[in-house]
Amino acid sequence: MNRMSTYAPETSLERGIERLRAQIDARVATWFSSCVHCGLCAEACHFYAETGDPRYTPIHKLAPLKKVWRQEYTFFGRLARKLGISEPLDEQDFADWEELVYDACTLCGRCTMVCPVGNDITAMLRKQREGFAAAGYAPEGLKGATRRTVEVGSPMGLTWKALEAQIRHVERETGLGVPVDREGADYLALLSSLEIMGYPEYIGAITRILHRAGVSWTLSSRAFEATNSGIQIGDADVARELLQRVFDAAESLGVKNIISPECGHAYTAIRWESAGLLGREVPYRIIHIVELLDELKRAGRLPTAGRTGVRVTFHDPCNLVRKGGVVDEPRRLLEAVAADVVEGPDSGVMNWCCGGGGGVSANERAEGLRLAAFRRKKAQFETLGVEAVVTACANCRNILEEGIEHYAMDVEVMGLTELLAEYLAEDGQGDAVAG
Amino acid sequence: MTSFILGPLWTFSLLVFCLGVAWRIVAILALGFPRDPASPRGSGLAGGLAGLLRRSWPRNGVGRKNLLPVIAGYAFHLGLFALLFFAAPHVRFLDHYLPGPGWTPMPRWGFVIAAELAFAGLILLWLRRVMHPVTRLLSSLDDHLAAGLTFLAMFTGCLALYESFTGLRVLHVFAVELLLLYFPFSHLMHAFTLFMGRAATGARAARHGVGA
Repeated sequence: MNRMSTYAPETSLERGIERLRAQIDARVATWFSSCVHCGLCAEACHFYAETGDPRYTPIHKLAPLKKVWRQEYTFFGRLARKLGISEPLDEQDFADWEELVYDACTLCGRCTMVCPVGNDITAMLRKQREGFAAAGYAPEGLKGATRRTVEVGSPMGLTWKALEAQIRHVERETGLGVPVDREGADYLALLSSLEIMGYPEYIGAITRILHRAGVSWTLSSRAFEATNSGIQIGDADVARELLQRVFDAAESLGVKNIISPECGHAYTAIRWESAGLLGREVPYRIIHIVELLDELKRAGRLPTAGRTGVRVTFHDPCNLVRKGGVVDEPRRLLEAVAADVVEGPDSGVMNWCCGGGGGVSANERAEGLRLAAFRRKKAQFETLGVEAVVTACANCRNILEEGIEHYAMDVEVMGLTELLAEYLAEDGQGDAVAG
Repeated sequence: MTSFILGPLWTFSLLVFCLGVAWRIVAILALGFPRDPASPRGSGLAGGLAGLLRRSWPRNGVGRKNLLPVIAGYAFHLGLFALLFFAAPHVRFLDHYLPGPGWTPMPRWGFVIAAELAFAGLILLWLRRVMHPVTRLLSSLDDHLAAGLTFLAMFTGCLALYESFTGLRVLHVFAVELLLLYFPFSHLMHAFTLFMGRAATGARAARHGVGA
């Protein structure tokens, strides 16, 4: 691994170890003290499940952080260090584990759900990435995305001008105005780069839906990007800076609510990690677009007409179900617009990850392993016999499409918000209240 | 030697165990649990309490695919619990040192069943540890030492059941003393920290609206 070409110039082994040391709090010490090496977490990991490689056992991926904990916080570890009979964490450890930490983990949270002693393995992996990023051991793809996010404002290098062009296109298509920098709006809507460039129909869908529901909303030309590469690579300083940009824009516009887009980790970043990173409560109600749509639907403000007859299932984004508890909301919405919805035994809170979360999709090096892990999704969809998969995360959608294409499957992938917009009733039509 | 094992060494071992466990827990707590200022979707307290129980059986297919470690784990822990607190010599021992009316020991057949469960569970778990590629990779000297010392304490306890030969009883006490001395510095601490870990994870998940 080349440690010189980092996204931040001040990376070093010492910084990495220091950052790892700083991650060890009472929770981490409790979890490491509790682990009995039973290996059950392996069965929950799609990378292990599809390859059978024991190195992909989630708790094993934490060996570097554990080494720091053992040498500095346990009796025998400290004794061995004092006697000089234990090896300190070194460059080779970082180099050896980089693939396990970034390529073979999507921070999906399934391992945490099954650990019998209650270890939040995912939280520890997220913390461990802080040390790896500080040491300079992170995939080039993720470093590049982080650098672009800090310098340009978006991991794909998108500028406001690119979004403006998409907005003009949406306005022509829908005949509706897309509010920009509207002071005093109730909601500030955020987008992800992938939606802007890959699925611009999402912008059209929220424009139509929020107009139909009479929601006062706006985009911000200062902070439109929700993707937080700082969370993915494991750099709290970058994550904090990106979040602050959004809150600064929200403050200047005087909004009361912030809408996270159909992007799983962006939701985790702004909804759940922002307050902790900033060290204070956030004075805004932060809500995922699916939560807002469900609220509007249940309030009778989003009448729909007709339902698709295509046999569909819902792919739960990991960040929504295992980090945000958003399980029922998308199902209520989907039932309103789809007549043949099927659920598998792993649907909901234990759904299998698409394989591209946690920055893996931005890591070209991980593609082969990601596609191997996708066999788990393939089997899920084949068992259910679905014609289409609906999801509520642009990254999941992209990864699902790539996997489906790679395995030559005949399954369509749809975004939940666009599907809802498609069945939005005209004025005076449709069900008044559903769900 | 006998008087040393039954006297000063016993006191010392018990002291190391109690102070060691307390020190480990205080040291962990001193590191501080981070505050989560994000507005919660659910009650952290209720989630923490629920988390203590919810992980008693692995979710979905993970439990079904891992029946051996799950069942062996239950057999070992339940058997050991019964031996520790309901074997007749232990009940008499505890009755001697602890205030209160004491409790009824289990009959001999109960002891036999508990011992069989505990031994079968421990041996199966250890065999899986050395044979399964995942646990083989994860396991350290600590895991084997902890299993070995536990086995030794249980085995010598069975030998000393009838208390007919003082040497066997002293051997059992010595094995227990080794276990007590090792306990606070090993993964055996999970007997205490697992409740803290389950509660912390359950509380955080519940604040996020997740049942975990």
